[in-house]
Amino acid sequence: MIKKIIGISALIATSFSTFASEVNVYSYRQAFLVEPLFNEFTKQTGVKVNVVFAKKGMAERLEREGEHSPADVLLTTDISRLIELQEKSLLQPVNSAVLEQAIPSQFQADDNTWFGLTTRVRNIYSAKRLGNVDINYEDLADVKYKGKICTRSGKHPYNVALVSSMIAEHGEAKTLEWLKGVKANLARKPQGNDRGQVQAIHQGLCDVSLGNSYYFGKMINNDKQKVWADGVNINFPNQANRGAHVNISGVGVAKYAPNKSSAIALIEFLASEQAQQMYAETNMEYPVRAGVKKSELVASWGEFKSDALPLETIAKHRKTALKLLDQAQFDL
Amino acid sequence: MIFGRTNKIWQSSSWIIALALLAPVLVMLASSIGHSGDTFSHLWQTVLPTYISNTIWLTFGVVALSLLFGVPAALLVSQTNLYSAKVLRWALLLPLAMPGYLVAYLYTDLFDYAGPVQRLLRELFGWQSPSDYWFFDIRTLSGATVILALVLFPYVYMLGRTALEQQDKSLLRAGRTLGLTARQSLIKIALPLARPAIMVAASLVMMETIADFATVQYFAVNTLTTAIYDTWLGYSDMAAANALASVLLLFVLFAVVAEQKSRAGQRHQSVRPNTSNDKLVLTRMQQLLAVSFCWVLVVLGFVLPFVLLAIMAIDYAQIDQLAKLGEIGLATIEVSAYAATIAVVISLTLALLNRFYPVRINSLPLQISGFGYAVPGTVLAMALMASFGPLDHWLNDIAVAINIEKPGLILSGTTFAIIFAFVVRFAAIANGTVNSGIAKIPHSIDKAPASLGIGLLSTIRQVHLPLLKSSILVAWLLVFVEAMKELPAVLLLRPFNFETLSTFIYQLISDEQLEQGAIGAIFIVLFGLIPIVWLNKDNQSS
Repeated sequence: MIKKIIGISALIATSFSTFASEVNVYSYRQAFLVEPLFNEFTKQTGVKVNVVFAKKGMAERLEREGEHSPADVLLTTDISRLIELQEKSLLQPVNSAVLEQAIPSQFQADDNTWFGLTTRVRNIYSAKRLGNVDINYEDLADVKYKGKICTRSGKHPYNVALVSSMIAEHGEAKTLEWLKGVKANLARKPQGNDRGQVQAIHQGLCDVSLGNSYYFGKMINNDKQKVWADGVNINFPNQANRGAHVNISGVGVAKYAPNKSSAIALIEFLASEQAQQMYAETNMEYPVRAGVKKSELVASWGEFKSDALPLETIAKHRKTALKLLDQAQFDL
Repeated sequence: MIFGRTNKIWQSSSWIIALALLAPVLVMLASSIGHSGDTFSHLWQTVLPTYISNTIWLTFGVVALSLLFGVPAALLVSQTNLYSAKVLRWALLLPLAMPGYLVAYLYTDLFDYAGPVQRLLRELFGWQSPSDYWFFDIRTLSGATVILALVLFPYVYMLGRTALEQQDKSLLRAGRTLGLTARQSLIKIALPLARPAIMVAASLVMMETIADFATVQYFAVNTLTTAIYDTWLGYSDMAAANALASVLLLFVLFAVVAEQKSRAGQRHQSVRPNTSNDKLVLTRMQQLLAVSFCWVLVVLGFVLPFVLLAIMAIDYAQIDQLAKLGEIGLATIEVSAYAATIAVVISLTLALLNRFYPVRINSLPLQISGFGYAVPGTVLAMALMASFGPLDHWLNDIAVAINIEKPGLILSGTTFAIIFAFVVRFAAIANGTVNSGIAKIPHSIDKAPASLGIGLLSTIRQVHLPLLKSSILVAWLLVFVEAMKELPAVLLLRPFNFETLSTFIYQLISDEQLEQGAIGAIFIVLFGLIPIVWLNKDNQSS
């Protein structure tokens, strides 16, 4: 009897409140980067956001958990991860007029399983001592940069995506040749992260490095790293031809999300003007939503042309890209 | 067989425990049999040979260096009148409190081209570019080898020293009366007697090295573990990844066999610990060399990284972080203490079974339960999910069938999974330590109480456990400290909003903001220090 009463009252409670009081996020992004956004969401809706952050194995965890998974929302930093989730059928389609309107169609899955939230450019940083350079990704294999290039591991998702875009443009054979050329030009074995390369430029170890756009802004806002950033120019490659390589950070609703309505509410919030503005200001990323202003700093880097290659194509070439990186022994 | 036929309950529970600990490894092996695409042959033709040779050289180098650091240190502290031995006794353990990935980060940062050391040199001598001077490259195989040895040698030191101190001094004296010099009797008698303990330590160092990923990553060194991550996360080829992980198990088998072999013929046992004061007297020159040797190890393995952290912590102190860190610290201590306690109880159960009923079938649980140690944390986490996942699903199905509320993922989605992972991963440490302690108890002792009509359990409680006290403490401490530092398994297995100090620091390190996590890192070190100091006190008072 008591059980029944509890059951019925629970039923009533859930049907009356529009949202469950919690939403669970599996995040490939560090929690503290997205925390301010989540806090704002909680403030507005009263829905508590629970986060678990991991870079490796999130998709497998979700897969193993299956229908009992507590995950509602999946947050990623790279298109390939989104496509991986989509291909493993770990996402469910979301039909939301709000999202349709907020997010340009090239940043949405055709089946509405994932949505891009921000874009980031794979820039080429160059030492100020080089003066203004007009550079293409292809130039990184040019002998004139022999011993002058620094990069993080070729197998980092950001670099793999860039290599994929090279495959889409030039085919496998030429891309392999390019990789071997870049490898031969490296000042040191691939190591560290994107900021570490700029630090190396600052120290004179190399002249050119690959790095995502927002790191430039973050370094400028960091007391210790500002001097590194001051020593480099941020370049948008391939402006005279196909445009700079762009990747997205994105989001999707888990297939078995126990709090689906809250999950959609959270994603709609992340695509809202307010949240997009926060992404732009605090994380120095490019908001996907039209009409949202870039941060002043990011805007000062100027307008640029981005590669129109569909995101799905980048994900499609991912494995080939990895193979080529192995063949070129890029990281060894 | 002292106590007749094996106690069936004890035997079967030992097997159940051992199989439970082995299960994730078996699951991993089983899934490696599945169809693997062409990933393996592709890797073999491109990068795998380099990865394998790196792994072999790294393992060989780290074990050799750890012995080179740890054995002399143990001898000097326990057998000579080494100056400052009282402090060094525990100070040499301090590097254990330092997570390897943290030391790696700090050192690569320090000695890198862009780091303060080379920057200072450039300023002093007016060098402009790398071509102007030579400086060792820290991000190499040798760099990784040295740094790993610096944080792992305390295993050798600790187990070696304990063994040396518990030796029966009368044997050394016997050697002296037969004409050996003090030094000769140390090398010819004391060291060989300590060999089993040192071998246990060496095999622990070896497995720790093999399973490492986070540390070598900072040195841009690719090993078999890199290959596992590449195949699994990059090529999404779980079968090939598991196959590679299974290769690592061959190394473990090798370690287990080597350890067994080294024990064969080892029959010396004594309960007359080293109480005499006839320590080897060092000349002034020897004293100088010995003291510097030991202190250099302490400084490089602990003091220097700790000072670097402290400077960062002071520069970037955020007082409001403290409350949160305290909370995270307590959670970390809680899971680690559970894991340490469970691991020690398990190791006692398994090792004493083997002691009292020494037949082949009773020695197996002890051996197979330690296999998880060489499995990289993330791979272990995956294997755990693969084992617990179906169990969880089954439990939920039952709940639905009998019409009660679904419990959710009570095994794979809670701290239970984390503690289980710790126990699987670090059981080898507890087993090795406890078992080498048991081996030192003379068999004659086992029988004495029985002849007085005292039962087995009372014998263990009143005789063996007190004799094993220091081994138990050492085992508990080692598992506790390792669990506190463990990163990849927690990262993947943790429930919502659950952080350990490791995961907290890791997030900041991976965003190049260790400064802000420096206080957290100091917390890990301090929490690791507490048991070290406590253990040392206990050992000295007993």
